[in-house]
Amino acid sequence: MTTLLIADHHGDGLNDSTLKAFSAAKALGGDVHVLVNGSGCQGAADAAAKIDGCGKVLLADDAIYANRLAEPKADLIVSLAGDYDAIVAPATTSGKNVMPRVAALLDVMQISEVVAVESADTFVRPIYAGNAMAKVQSADPKKVITVRTTAFPATAAEGGSASVEAVAAAGDPGLSTFIGEELSKSERPELTSAKIVVSGGRGMQSGDNFPMLEKVADLLGAGVGASRAAVDAGFVPNDYQVGQTGKVVAPELYIAVGISGAIQHLAGMKDSKVIVAINKDEEAPIFSVADYGLVADLFNAVPELEEELKKVL
Amino acid sequence: MKVLVPVKRVVDYNVKIRVKSDKTGVDLANVKMSMNPFDEISVEEAVRLKEAGVATEVIAVSVGPQQAQETIRTALAMGADRGILVKTDAEVEPLGVAKILKELVGAESPDLVIAGKQAIDDDSNQTGQMLAALLGWSQATFASELEIADGKAKVTREIDGGLQTIEVSMPAVVTADLRLNEPRYASLPNIMKAKKKPIDEKTVEELGVDIAPRLTVLEVTEPAAREAGVKVETVAELVDKLKNEAGVIG
Repeated sequence: MTTLLIADHHGDGLNDSTLKAFSAAKALGGDVHVLVNGSGCQGAADAAAKIDGCGKVLLADDAIYANRLAEPKADLIVSLAGDYDAIVAPATTSGKNVMPRVAALLDVMQISEVVAVESADTFVRPIYAGNAMAKVQSADPKKVITVRTTAFPATAAEGGSASVEAVAAAGDPGLSTFIGEELSKSERPELTSAKIVVSGGRGMQSGDNFPMLEKVADLLGAGVGASRAAVDAGFVPNDYQVGQTGKVVAPELYIAVGISGAIQHLAGMKDSKVIVAINKDEEAPIFSVADYGLVADLFNAVPELEEELKKVL
Repeated sequence: MKVLVPVKRVVDYNVKIRVKSDKTGVDLANVKMSMNPFDEISVEEAVRLKEAGVATEVIAVSVGPQQAQETIRTALAMGADRGILVKTDAEVEPLGVAKILKELVGAESPDLVIAGKQAIDDDSNQTGQMLAALLGWSQATFASELEIADGKAKVTREIDGGLQTIEVSMPAVVTADLRLNEPRYASLPNIMKAKKKPIDEKTVEELGVDIAPRLTVLEVTEPAAREAGVKVETVAELVDKLKNEAGVIG
């Protein structure tokens, strides 16, 4: 069997999510080819060719793919699908956007956010915000799969020497047009690949108080996240949100500050290796998943944490 | 402009679900059911389009058992004009739901479908995109802003790096993310009025759609439980434990 992995990339290189999804694709048992699709993405294709175990890279480099619009991208993937038994993508917003469109065009029921590959047709995926795990077997001749990347290790980025083959663009159905993008600019590590994440919740009271967390994050080389409540209240932008419908993270260390721990938030972080909760309400559900809980007013505890960390780091 | 809004009856988001001991699924007996929260946002958006004079009619559609009628009534109480219930006791996968919706779109000819981006029971996040694919329509997923003008929809989307704005031709499928709006609570008079609004009933057979499942659920299990850890008294103790016990810093 052969699997086509749809790469997430930034033109010059691959996103970490691609290396993780590669491990899931490999677990299906066959060869893995990687599709790099975009505009001006030769660098990403060269990086994909070096992935340990990569069989082949398909490069579809065309101006119509510049902004990852769903319709032309889905048409491209469908045009290539004939040669493959499975099509896999990381469950990032890009993968979640395009893969169900691909699945429906192929008349396949997608398997979303798999966390384990049991065999070439059997997968485990979380349902009900991760409060239950469903093992499902697909009867479709072709599998369309998105991967929860936190559940898989990254494949080595070096070691392969696959060929890069250019493939023709599949045309633009002209259904949608890119207008603009407002991307968060941050020197901090990206949430889903950060080794440490510091998140704030409603208890932060205002976006003006987030710099306090950012100081701690910068000492630790951590990413900064937030609960839905903090995002809804406008403290921080949407891409900070950790949870069932935001980002799913599983860092070595997750520090939850002023977060009560709603089911929907826990769904996004409970697979972290070590969880710390700082909250003044000792009944807060977050303490039920925390390895280390500190019942304290965060406005005292966070500056103190910064000072204590400076001593040991 | 007609707007079609699919609504799903799901376990209420506040319920802590339990996995059945025989591992066949999640225990739904005597559990509070509600409209999928993302679908409430879709209904709200559609009703606001009507209130703004952009939409002329809002149709709420549900695929599910007889009780899904209550979910449609909720949408009607929020301001939708009429409902369609496609009655089935079968578990219908997103692909099957998309195929059913495609038939209803064929019959109703809406200019816009606003769906929730995912249902909080199966967490699939597929139906809207699949419907757009089957219809050959444009799609704008994870919307946090929607503006209709000159036969086009301008949509701001929540993406991993921030926000993306696209313009899609109509007809289109838009899927609602959390921050598109804050759904209203239906007032008592509107709940009473909703009882008189029409709900059409159809069957899957009538629509001629094959909804045979493609996935077999082999088992449903509890996730690995996480044990609560210890409480620390001071920040200094916390830092000491992180460094010397857990070994995750320094």
